[in-house]
Amino acid sequence: MNGPVVALDAVSVRYGRTLALDGVSGAFARGSLTALVGANGAGKSTLLKLVAGVLAPAAGRVIRRVERGDIAYLPQSADVDRDFPMSVDEFVLAGAWARSGPFGGVGREVRAAAAAALATVGIEGLGRRGLDELSGGQFQRLLFARLILQDAPVILLDEPFAALDAETVADLADLIRAWHAAGRTVVAALHELDLVRKLFPETLHLARATVAWGPTADVLRGAA
Amino acid sequence: MTLYDALIGPFADYGFMRRALVACLALAIGSGPVGVFLMLRRMSLMGDAMSHAVLPGAAVGFLIAGLSPWGMGLGGLVAGLLVALAAGAVSRATRLREDASLAGFYLASLALGVLLVSTRGNGRDLLHLLFGTILAVNDASLFLVGGIASVSVVALAAIYRPLVLECCDPGFLRSVDGRGALWHSAFLGLVVLNLVAGFQALGTLMAVGLMMLPATAARFWARQVGPLIAVAMAVAFASGYLGLLASYHFRLPSGPAIVLAAAGFLAVSILFGRCGGLLHRFAAELSLARREPS
Repeated sequence: MNGPVVALDAVSVRYGRTLALDGVSGAFARGSLTALVGANGAGKSTLLKLVAGVLAPAAGRVIRRVERGDIAYLPQSADVDRDFPMSVDEFVLAGAWARSGPFGGVGREVRAAAAAALATVGIEGLGRRGLDELSGGQFQRLLFARLILQDAPVILLDEPFAALDAETVADLADLIRAWHAAGRTVVAALHELDLVRKLFPETLHLARATVAWGPTADVLRGAA
Repeated sequence: MTLYDALIGPFADYGFMRRALVACLALAIGSGPVGVFLMLRRMSLMGDAMSHAVLPGAAVGFLIAGLSPWGMGLGGLVAGLLVALAAGAVSRATRLREDASLAGFYLASLALGVLLVSTRGNGRDLLHLLFGTILAVNDASLFLVGGIASVSVVALAAIYRPLVLECCDPGFLRSVDGRGALWHSAFLGLVVLNLVAGFQALGTLMAVGLMMLPATAARFWARQVGPLIAVAMAVAFASGYLGLLASYHFRLPSGPAIVLAAAGFLAVSILFGRCGGLLHRFAAELSLARREPS
């Protein structure tokens, strides 16, 4: 039996007066592949940010059995300023932060790994383009390339499939399968229930508090 | 008048013009890059608000030490940092957004500064604090402005990587590095420091001129942060040079002449810039319309 890699102990999060998460408890087992589902405003993104260390809980505890550098977080693409004057190469290299830190250099080996990551997601050759020159699908592939470079045992994905074409969804779903097969822990917030049924063995249904958490077939029984 | 008399003579003949030009160079090197980051963080107007926040501190420095650049500089630095911290704290503790709370603080700061100077100084002192006197920059001011530019360049190079990430993808930065507040504070410190330098030359009302106008103009010429910074520095220095020349030949006040020169560069960039300038966009739309006749 795999122990938990991240555990939540009655965590609550507030934005001003609004309660975004209310007393959520549970654990993500090492090597598990979990979908976070729920309506808009149910707290899915908030929960991912909490686990990633982007937000701090107002109450309760987040217990991580891994270092900060062992968690890779994919923000919603809307949270990234795509007008920012930055090339694809520079953007993907941020994935080497755990190795380089804020000041360290980026060696030839890391650059080669970054190029390989771009190739894995199928956008090799776009390295010199600006972020504002990418299509929505290409940008999402770029976010996944940065995750690959991070090479973390725990991967958090916030709406990885929002507004993408079928081919991109299929390619990125294959990546998630490969991560799961390699024993990485993956948690993804998403709305596409068909995909959840196909891809994710575990599901956490949120509505600020936990509605249900367990095998996907049980959690989604009766859902459309 | 020969070309030499028009473009070089004033600087060759007069020490005060040379010192003013060196001050412009230092300001361009220090403030240009900071302006680029302010613009990229969508904080252009915040720089303006913060520049006014420097005034009450500079006024206290003036009351204690007279028109000493170090006294006013230190006072301005303390006041600017206090206002930046207070505005941030008020917006975190209340529903007020940071820009609104800054607007409140900067108006109060400006009024307080003018009031403080008026208690002891005369109208001329007040004009000096509000609009600066770059032609009267002495060696002490020059060392201060040059020192600030040097510190600023080194510090910005050190925090460059987290700063870029914080602008572009703040959530990701916070997930890989828990010190987001540190980078943000360091950057605000650099903004205030460069405003103190700008204040020495251009006064509290125009200190932000060589920070924001060149950075905004640069957006029309470059697509990446490095080139943006280079263009901003070049435009800032060219504005200083042309403004000083105009001020010399046409007997104009130097600070406003410099800022107007920078505004001129911005206007030219908006019209002709190759990255989204009006002419460029017009030409692109025209060629698209020709290719797809409806």
